[in-house]
Amino acid sequence: MTVSETPVIASALLTNEVGLHARPAVKLTQLAKSFGATVELALATEGPWVDAKSPVKIMRVKAPKGALLHFRAWGGDADAAVGALVDLVERGFDEEAANGVNGA
Amino acid sequence: MTRKTKANVGVVIVSHSSKVAEGAADMVRQMVGDAVPLAFTGGNADGGLGTDVAAILAAIDRAWTPAGVVILVDLGGAETNSEMALEMLDDGRRGRVAVCNAPIVEGAVIAATEASGGSPLETVKRMAEELSPQ
Repeated sequence: MTVSETPVIASALLTNEVGLHARPAVKLTQLAKSFGATVELALATEGPWVDAKSPVKIMRVKAPKGALLHFRAWGGDADAAVGALVDLVERGFDEEAANGVNGA
Repeated sequence: MTRKTKANVGVVIVSHSSKVAEGAADMVRQMVGDAVPLAFTGGNADGGLGTDVAAILAAIDRAWTPAGVVILVDLGGAETNSEMALEMLDDGRRGRVAVCNAPIVEGAVIAATEASGGSPLETVKRMAEELSPQ
C-alpha cells in the first residue's frame, strides 16, 4: 500500500481471557468496517500489518491475552476509527456482559 | 455513511443434519448478531440425514435480500442440491445467489461478519473462501 499521509496510530493491551479469538475478532472487524478509513492491525509496530476489516485475517492473528494490539488508520475518520477500536479492546470487547458461553 | 440503509447479503446454511445447521446458525446469531438475514436447513424430507431441494429453496426465500444470498454447505449432496435449487430460481435471483467453497461453520460466521458490514455478494463469498487453504 502506498502511504501518502501520516497514519493515526495507537495501541491497546488485550486483556480478555480468550485473547483475540473468534468472537472478539468478529466485533473488531465489524467496528472497523463501520468507518471509511483504511484500518490495519499488528502485534508489533514493525508489522506485519493486516486489514482490520478482514475477519479471516484478524482471526489468523491469534493474539493472546496480554498482547499489545497496534492500530493504524488513514482517511477522513481515521481518528475516530482508531479511538473506537482502542476503546473496544480496553473494554475487553464487552465480554463480561456476554451471555456466559465460555468455550474452550 | 449511507451504506447501512442498503440491504445486507443474507446467509443460508445447508447441512445434512438439522442439528448441525441449527448449531451453525446459533453461532452466527451469537457472534455476529441480527444485522444479517439468516436461514438454515438440514435433513431430508423424511427427517433423516440428507438435504432437500425444496427446503433449500425455502431457506433461500427466508434469507432473501436484494443484495443476494450466500449458501454454506457441508458434504457433497448439500452442494449438489444447493446448485439444483439455484437452477430452479428465476433468472433475476439466480445471479444473486452464490454457493461458497468454505467450511460450513467457520464460513457461515465469516460470511455473516463480512455481510454485516454491508459488503456486496462477491466480497462476502471471497471472504468466506479465504478460509480454505489456497
